[in-house]
Amino acid sequence: MSKILEKESLGPKINLIKLKVPHIVRKAKPGQFVILRIHERGERIPMSIADLDLENDILTIIFQEVGKSTAELATFKPGETLSDVIGPLGKPTPIKNYGTSVCVGGGIGIAPLHPIAKALKGCGNKVISIIGARSKELLFMEEEMRKISDELLITTDDGSYGTRGLVSEPLAEMLKNKKKIDFVMAIGPVPMMKAVCYVTKPYRIKTMVSLNPIMIDGTGMCGVCRVSVGGETKFACVDGPDFDGHKVDFDELSIRLKMYLKEEKIAMERYLSLMGKQ
Amino acid sequence: MEAKERLKIPRQRMPEQTPEQRKSNFFEVPLGYTPELAQKEALRCLQCKRPTCMDGCPVEIDIPGFIKLIEDEDFIGAAKKIKETNSLPAVCGRVCPQEDQCEKTCVLAKKFDPVAIGNLERFVADYEKDEGEIEIPKIEKKTGKKVAVVGSGPAGLTVAGDLVKMGHEVTVFELLHKAGGVLVYGIPEFRLPKAMVEAEVDYLRKLGVKIKLSWPVGASQTVDELFEEGYQVVFLGTGAGLPNFMHIPGENLCGIYSANEYLTRSNLMKAYAFPDHDTPIFSGKNVAVLGGGNTAMDAVRIGLRLGAKNAYIVYRRSRAEMPAREVEIHHAEEEGIKFHFLTTPIKYISNEDGWVTGMECLRMELGEPDASGRRRPVPIKGSNFIMEVDTVVVAIGNSSHPLVPRTTPGLEVNKWGNIIADLETGQTSRKGVFAGGDIVTGGATVILAAGAGKKSARAIDAYLKTL
Ligand SMILES: Cc1cc2nc3c(=O)[nH]c(=O)nc-3n(C[C@H](O)[C@H](O)[C@H](O)COP(=O)(O)OP(=O)(O)OC[C@H]3O[C@@H](n4cnc5c(N)ncnc54)[C@H](O)[C@@H]3O)c2cc1C
Ligand SMILES: Cc1cc2nc3c(=O)[nH]c(=O)nc-3n(C[C@H](O)[C@H](O)[C@H](O)COP(=O)(O)OP(=O)(O)OC[C@H]3O[C@@H](n4cnc5c(N)ncnc54)[C@H](O)[C@@H]3O)c2cc1C
Ligand code: SF4
Ligand code: FES
Repeated sequence: MSKILEKESLGPKINLIKLKVPHIVRKAKPGQFVILRIHERGERIPMSIADLDLENDILTIIFQEVGKSTAELATFKPGETLSDVIGPLGKPTPIKNYGTSVCVGGGIGIAPLHPIAKALKGCGNKVISIIGARSKELLFMEEEMRKISDELLITTDDGSYGTRGLVSEPLAEMLKNKKKIDFVMAIGPVPMMKAVCYVTKPYRIKTMVSLNPIMIDGTGMCGVCRVSVGGETKFACVDGPDFDGHKVDFDELSIRLKMYLKEEKIAMERYLSLMGKQ
Repeated sequence: MEAKERLKIPRQRMPEQTPEQRKSNFFEVPLGYTPELAQKEALRCLQCKRPTCMDGCPVEIDIPGFIKLIEDEDFIGAAKKIKETNSLPAVCGRVCPQEDQCEKTCVLAKKFDPVAIGNLERFVADYEKDEGEIEIPKIEKKTGKKVAVVGSGPAGLTVAGDLVKMGHEVTVFELLHKAGGVLVYGIPEFRLPKAMVEAEVDYLRKLGVKIKLSWPVGASQTVDELFEEGYQVVFLGTGAGLPNFMHIPGENLCGIYSANEYLTRSNLMKAYAFPDHDTPIFSGKNVAVLGGGNTAMDAVRIGLRLGAKNAYIVYRRSRAEMPAREVEIHHAEEEGIKFHFLTTPIKYISNEDGWVTGMECLRMELGEPDASGRRRPVPIKGSNFIMEVDTVVVAIGNSSHPLVPRTTPGLEVNKWGNIIADLETGQTSRKGVFAGGDIVTGGATVILAAGAGKKSARAIDAYLKTL
């Protein structure tokens, strides 16, 4: 059981939740995640760690409403409790002084990117951040990212804010202009991470991505989270979630993420009709 | 009653749901004995002076003793008698392979049908649950010693129950959101109702055991941190882990599950009740389960209950080599499961959406015996054929879970990753760290795990006295 301390809306269908979970916060590192269940009939929902307040033992998660479980999570108010939170899970992102690091975040991926960028900055990297969203109102954490970055670039698909285009484009531009980049961390939707890796591959720049396949236990027990990396099968929950992006089979990941489309639709429609009746 | 008369009574069958009924529900298949049936069955026991049945029981239950009490209509007394050595009778009565244990060594087994010891064990355990107030046994004076038990499967639950009765303070740490290990996530409702497991866990709570759920040791807290926090002993009952795959082309297609995933969705997450429960599972029309153990039997019968038209077992050896319990194979056959023996898949075929649509297989024949003494299956050249499937469940075993060994310096494991521990005491290579159950032996049985817990509890108690 875990009580929600605070909740905030960061944009349309984007929410921030703070939880007091001392045993998780004390052990958690950037790049790791938790799994939560909202109630006894709930599924196990993986969520990245968006921020850690070590002094007050507070964990922040930021989530987007994309289906039934996240829509229902969005209805929870401060003071209400989630039935379970487990973590920290997965391996931490390898943080060291690479030199110049570019942190690329697309959409909800900005949330897990933030603590990683902060840690990279903390150990001496020059941090250039590129964050983007479909449009201005979907962009969040701009100020937080600006604080910890030496340079911050913003893109929107529709041009409503920052540069019009995709987050991979300013990166491609930098590389074309022979800017020295030593490390790239990219988190966001699968096509976005794929695009970033496509851009950095010819330059052989170490590029890490954080994968979000479907998960259940998150501890290596079920194998649903398997991804192909360099031709080998890996379990993203224990071997990742971060992997060398140049080796990841993104197309397989996209396909596997669609496995339950039909059931997700059924769950959402039923949920909406139940909500409508109330 | 004279032995001759006793021998005339036929073995009493336990009433069951018919195959037609049970094919589409998740309720328990056998319905249990009535008191009359139980007493009639109890009469069949010869009350041997040298009860050979007990040789077959890993925890040495006083079998003729409890059966006599049933004959005398003291069902609660019979339950208590079993509990002297086995704390999980309602579970063991249902899932123990009695046909390889007590019922195999029962004197009647040679010439007649053995006494239905498992059915009787189940009967008294259920009777006690339904009728009697479950009594809280005497708890020894508090010792002030603290024990951490990692994992809440049969091994962990047994250690916890025994040590708390000896007066120690016990906390169980479980990474899943429900306690019970394989009993809750692996074995389906139709074989072991989850209410049974919950009752066992509640009983431990009443005895004073603390249970911390969603608490992965190695992630939330390491073994060393448990010691720092004041625990004097850590018992590791973490069970089997990572599912094995076959590493054949196409294994990551949609529709291909590990048995752990398929069972966890269905049992722990109650996906058979989707959308009342949030976790979905794919209800395939042609479901193939690869393997021949209990896990494979459970998975294929789930596939059938989820609505499969064809549910297949694909096993590379023959029926005689199948490790699953005979009664489960029999139940599966009755329900219309189709068996492809001496068959192995070599490749999956998919449609353009990335879903599995077929499985290319090879026929096998049995050759020379291998290391396990079973005849080795060898592929027959050119015997390739294609099976049409939309769901595949890979049930070919697990390797061990790395979370605890990886984060516990000095804890020795063998080449399969199992923790090395003394089988009599559970002592590992680390002082104060004990282990038992599947994490030590590799996949075994509920009663062996519980038995290991029992032995280890005694050794832990002795160790705590030296501190
Ligand atoms: C390690 C990890 C960390 C994650 N961190 C975050 C986070 O910080 N914030 C956040 O909002 N989400 C995060 N996710 C994704 C989140 O878990 C899913 O969005 C959520 O489970 C969807 O549940 P639902 O019932 O609301 O939607 P569903 O009905 O299950 O799905 C609706 C739609 O979302 C897509 N979807 C489903 N699961 C995922 C997934 N795992 N990743 C991406 N798309 C998915 C489906 O393809 C579907 O189209 C993370 C996932 C993983 C594995
Ligand atoms: C599908 C299936 C059917 C079976 N059928 C039968 C049968 O009919 N009869 C029979 O006798 N046996 C059967 N077995 C085998 C039997 O269930 C096991 O041998 C037995 O459960 C082993 O008990 P255990 O206590 O060692 O481990 P488990 O039951 O595996 O429990 C281990 C527990 O530890 C937890 N854990 C692991 N790591 C950590 C950690 N780091 N921190 C906290 N918790 C952790 C796990 O989540 C799990 O709950 C079956 C097994 C399966 C999978
Ligand atoms: S061996 Fe069979 S007949 Fe003899 S005591 Fe045991 S159960 Fe009864
Ligand atoms: S989520 Fe189950 S193994 Fe990764």
